[in-house]
Amino acid sequence: MMKSIPKSKTGINGLDEITEGGLPQGRPTLICGGPGCGKTLMALEFIVKGATLYDEPGVFMAFEEKADELSANVASLGFDLEKLQRNKKLRLDYVHIKASEIEETGEYDLDGLFIRLGHAIDSIGAKRVVLDTIENLFAGLSSQGILRAELRRLFQWLKEKGVTAIITGEKGEGALTRHGLEEYVSDCVIVLDHRIINQISTRRLRIVKYRGSIHGTNEYPFLIDEEGITVLPVTSLKLDKAVSSQRVSTGIPTLDQMFGGKGFFRGSSILLSGSAGTGKTSIAANFANETCRRKGKCIFFAFEESPQQIIRNMRSIGLGLDQHVKKGLLQFHSFRPGLYGLEMHLAKMYRLVKKFKPHAVIVDPITNLVSVGLLNDVNSMLLRLVDHLQNEGITLMLTALNSGATEHIDENVSSLVDAWLLVRDVETDGERNRALYIMKSRGMKHSKEVREFIISSKGLNLVDVYRGPEGVLIGSAREAKEKEAMANGKQNGRGHFRAPANKIR
Amino acid sequence: MKKEKDSGFEADNNDGDPFVFRLYVTGASPNSSRAITNLKAFFEKYLKSRYELQIIDVYQQPQFAKSVDIIALPLLIKKFPLPERRLIGDMSNSEKIFKSLNLVS
Repeated sequence: MMKSIPKSKTGINGLDEITEGGLPQGRPTLICGGPGCGKTLMALEFIVKGATLYDEPGVFMAFEEKADELSANVASLGFDLEKLQRNKKLRLDYVHIKASEIEETGEYDLDGLFIRLGHAIDSIGAKRVVLDTIENLFAGLSSQGILRAELRRLFQWLKEKGVTAIITGEKGEGALTRHGLEEYVSDCVIVLDHRIINQISTRRLRIVKYRGSIHGTNEYPFLIDEEGITVLPVTSLKLDKAVSSQRVSTGIPTLDQMFGGKGFFRGSSILLSGSAGTGKTSIAANFANETCRRKGKCIFFAFEESPQQIIRNMRSIGLGLDQHVKKGLLQFHSFRPGLYGLEMHLAKMYRLVKKFKPHAVIVDPITNLVSVGLLNDVNSMLLRLVDHLQNEGITLMLTALNSGATEHIDENVSSLVDAWLLVRDVETDGERNRALYIMKSRGMKHSKEVREFIISSKGLNLVDVYRGPEGVLIGSAREAKEKEAMANGKQNGRGHFRAPANKIR
Repeated sequence: MKKEKDSGFEADNNDGDPFVFRLYVTGASPNSSRAITNLKAFFEKYLKSRYELQIIDVYQQPQFAKSVDIIALPLLIKKFPLPERRLIGDMSNSEKIFKSLNLVS
């Protein structure tokens, strides 16, 4: 039975989760990738977070960027390197080495580097060290033999010093790093990657190796924004979260009725799919309205319309969403799907959810995301979103547009969600009506009927369709039947009606 | 090594001010000891007494490692006359030293 080795938390969002606690403590870790993949930033964030969150001072030795450039580059992330240096939490050291300026006249060693690093470590009691990118030494010094032997000695020395170190390396041809650093650093190797897919940049991270520890082996998307690096783990895949049996109203009494009279489970996820113009956004807006009416908070992510558009449009069905916005209960966030990659969208959502702590989240519609990523990626993103919100006990409503072009994303997503509502167009007798039914609703009694779904200036309503000898009637045909029945003062023979449910309640 | 070097070192230092060198070493490590011996012999041969050599043990004064930007040792820096030159190694290759110190006129 292998005991898990001691680890140092990186403090980088998500990275500690996929490494099950951080980087191997007191040992060097190699982070490699191509130019611009974010390795310097990741290493620097490790140092900064160590100094600010875990009281572990750090030394950052840069072999490429100038120290002052580095400070300027990360100031936008809110890392105040100057202050950390003043408080003896950080030592920045820029190593300048140029082949053209140095003449080699015989045997030498890298004792200078050892002394320099040792002095920096001792001067602030550093627990963390970054060497970024030490491979540049190979360009500055010509004797490969000496360098290799000295690097081996350096990594051994770092272990003896007991510092948790990150060594960054440039991606090489056919090898992880250009000069085979992985040969010396064998405890933990992380590869970063920066690809452009469909003209949208995607950053990914993979732990290639982590000796003595379990770790996630997938490629994890990560992003860099004004808050530094966020790695997005496919959150805990253990299906062991607490579930609520509390119910929340959908905002449409007749729809609540279909869900056993009480509505959705709190913290569950609901998929609402249908063809264009079937009122998906209206149902979602009703749910948002209801959540806010009960003093809950709601975030509405809109990928199609601007908040103003939604508010205006929903006013036409009797919803005053702007009052909830004013009270700070409702937040709209509209973005064009193509604005960022999927990961960025997901991370933005995480952030906003974390900040606002809503009771309900609406994403309208998820199908637009397919324009940004491949169907598989969209699914995995939604899986993470569903998972994340479920863990937080937040009710999630997703809408999806049904059409051939979207490859039936609703079917793919339906296994992730707890309830699936379908709205369909029914064309009969030259008129178009909407029919709604529940495809599934886990863990509760629910209606199996198809109901006619009516949108009017008074709001949304569901009424029973007419089933009679003439078949199923909907729309004006149903209304005519209804009137006929009313005139007869009794229920029509074999056909049956139930009074509209909202009148009962 | 070329013969004519025996007499000629006059490069850009005709005014008689002595050359100024700093040699950074690490204690009495083999490379360091060799560098000191080699360098002294070299200077005696080509510069006679017209040089100043300051030897600094970086172990004793580690702060120099950063301020002087040291990585590889032993390190010889020519401080005067300008331009500053940097040489690393045990100073066994006197031809290279000769060239890079600009001693050939």
